[in-house]
Amino acid sequence: MERRDVIIIGGGPAGLSAARRLAELGVAATVLERDQQAGGVPRHCGHLGFGWQSHRRLWTGPRFAEQLRADSTALDVRTGHTVLGIDGNVLRVQNQHGINEMAANRIILATGTRETPRAPRFVGGSRPRGVTTTGALQANVYLQNFKPFACPVIIGSEWVSFSAILTCRHAGIRPVAMIEAKDHISAPRPGDLISKLIYGVPVWTRTKLTAIAGQPQVEAVEIERHGKRERIACDGVIFTGEWVPEAALLVNRPKVTLAGNVHGDLKTSGACWREGRAIAEQIARGSA
Amino acid sequence: MQRSFDIAVIGGGVVGLAILRRFAMSGLSAVLLERGADILNGASKGNSALLHTGFDAPTGSTELACMQAGYAEYLAIHEKLNLPLVQSTALVVAWSEQEQAKLDGIMAKAHANGVADVRHVARDELRKLEPKLSPAAKAAVLVPGEHIIDAWSAPLAYAHQALAHGAVILRNAEVTGGNFSNGEWTLASKAGPVTARIVINAAGNFGDLVEAMARVSPFTITPRRGQFVVFDKEASQLVDAIILPVPTERTKGVVLFRTAYGNLAIGPTAEDVTEREVAATDTATLERLKARALDMVPSLAGIGVNAIYAGLRPATEHKDYVIEALPERGWITVGGIRSTGLTACLGIAQHVAKLYALHFGALPNPPDPIWTPVPNLAEDRPRPYMQGGEIVCHCERVTRGEIVAALEGPLPAGDLGGLKRRTRAMMGRCQGFNCSAHVEALFREKSHGAA
Repeated sequence: MERRDVIIIGGGPAGLSAARRLAELGVAATVLERDQQAGGVPRHCGHLGFGWQSHRRLWTGPRFAEQLRADSTALDVRTGHTVLGIDGNVLRVQNQHGINEMAANRIILATGTRETPRAPRFVGGSRPRGVTTTGALQANVYLQNFKPFACPVIIGSEWVSFSAILTCRHAGIRPVAMIEAKDHISAPRPGDLISKLIYGVPVWTRTKLTAIAGQPQVEAVEIERHGKRERIACDGVIFTGEWVPEAALLVNRPKVTLAGNVHGDLKTSGACWREGRAIAEQIARGSA
Repeated sequence: MQRSFDIAVIGGGVVGLAILRRFAMSGLSAVLLERGADILNGASKGNSALLHTGFDAPTGSTELACMQAGYAEYLAIHEKLNLPLVQSTALVVAWSEQEQAKLDGIMAKAHANGVADVRHVARDELRKLEPKLSPAAKAAVLVPGEHIIDAWSAPLAYAHQALAHGAVILRNAEVTGGNFSNGEWTLASKAGPVTARIVINAAGNFGDLVEAMARVSPFTITPRRGQFVVFDKEASQLVDAIILPVPTERTKGVVLFRTAYGNLAIGPTAEDVTEREVAATDTATLERLKARALDMVPSLAGIGVNAIYAGLRPATEHKDYVIEALPERGWITVGGIRSTGLTACLGIAQHVAKLYALHFGALPNPPDPIWTPVPNLAEDRPRPYMQGGEIVCHCERVTRGEIVAALEGPLPAGDLGGLKRRTRAMMGRCQGFNCSAHVEALFREKSHGAA
């Protein structure tokens, strides 16, 4: 069985910065990334807003991810490697050739986070095409050059919801409205003004999505706005935010160190990068 | 393309496909016409994927006979078609004294139905068998022969075996009219005209409308909607047996069951609706289902929901299936297969073949069967990713090779729903957050842009 001092699961901002810092401090680490390319979620955030905390630059997500990969060229980063389970200090790892076991003295879990999709929100109605999350929309727009709809509604008003507006704008998609169940938006205050004034997307607070209609594509949503039911024509629904840690590997409660957004509360990619670095320093001190 | 057949089956659900398979394997020329973009687009796509013994079916019914024949044939062929069989057992659990009083009747009915291995389970033993079940459970009847199968790979295997025996499957082929003259049907369909000596109506939720081509329909479909909630993988550790309720007159009730894909699910509800096509969910019902699951298994609290879905079962005013031949009209009716179709379909196909032999002539000597194993989707047997390959859908561990294979071959996925049903891709906890853009791009590439 292959043994490593430190194994980092997840090659996004937190995992890659931890690996790099560990290498600088003389600790050999291996990054296992399940996708075919490292870089994490920023790879498909095509708008500006990345790189400041780590590199003092203002980059797009893909440019930031490219820099993270460039910073890692001398490191042991294995893409296409999926960790299936952790048992003590042994990891079951799948890759192109099959399943192997690897052992590590320390395991860092940096598997990130995902948005809550439609199903666990219990939004009823039919199951048409055009129901997505910001993450999947960005992958469609920035990686596949595909436009899944022309006039969707956006559910939620977190920071990422405004990222969904930017993504729509980039693709020539015109959102009908941003819908928020609370009486104020989740992102800091000027967000709604920016959304309305700059991008022409109205923000409806105290509005709840109750059902999705249409077949085969979304045709409308049913909403409850200030207590009244309405039907809004649209051809897509973007569920944004309500982040859930990608923590399936924690089911058996293995002894791991969490880094980045797998913690829970959503942080920026820059904050994840810094946290990965700080954890690397702790581990290097501990194993030194 | 061939346009003239011995048999035309209307409806590409599990029942229609099993019938197509039976006739194709008997050496007759057979065609199937499905209105949807892919097979399994109607009643067959939203069920609980259980293989039933028939212990609680109406005694002496056609339904029971078909279920038991179907059960036996499934056990006989599942390995040759690479289909799963998760031998789980079921517990009919009484949650109140009134329900407990009905357990003797359930035992008696099971015995009358020839299911002899059922037995009473007292409270203490129930706690041992299912320690995570709420202590509110009073007693149960154990049904050892109830099993978990896979609702999608089974009918897909039947379709592939039919195709291997020369059958034709037409999709996007809604039948819009039919004319019977000189002992032959001419069906008008959205995929062009088709002629056949015998038409078999297996049109599910549209069965009464299709039946009107041959006669005044002896049944009216009132679709019965069933909603389901699917919990994340870790939930499947909590319960072993299929947890059945004590049934009522109208419905078998809400079932808590593991799936072949390693999840735990609860459903179906039984709601009469007018809508035949779109199986919609609603928030209040989903909340109630989840609450019911947590009542039954309190440690489900905190485990995430992966998926929600609904199905429409073709219920009629009759308690039993309506399966009959109209010798003068070259027609066989297979209607009202409302909730046991997955179990019964192979038995229904045998029954229909017998009706054919009785009224329309002996079946030819069958050729040697060709077995067409399908890719395994179930968790209890080896899956392709274990041999390596690029995992595209990480939640369900679906490889690129599996997705590409589902988009090729004699019956490629006709739409994204069909691709999901062939591979499990995008059906896991992230519901496509990570992989849907990639999977959909593969679909567009392989299907030349057809959505």
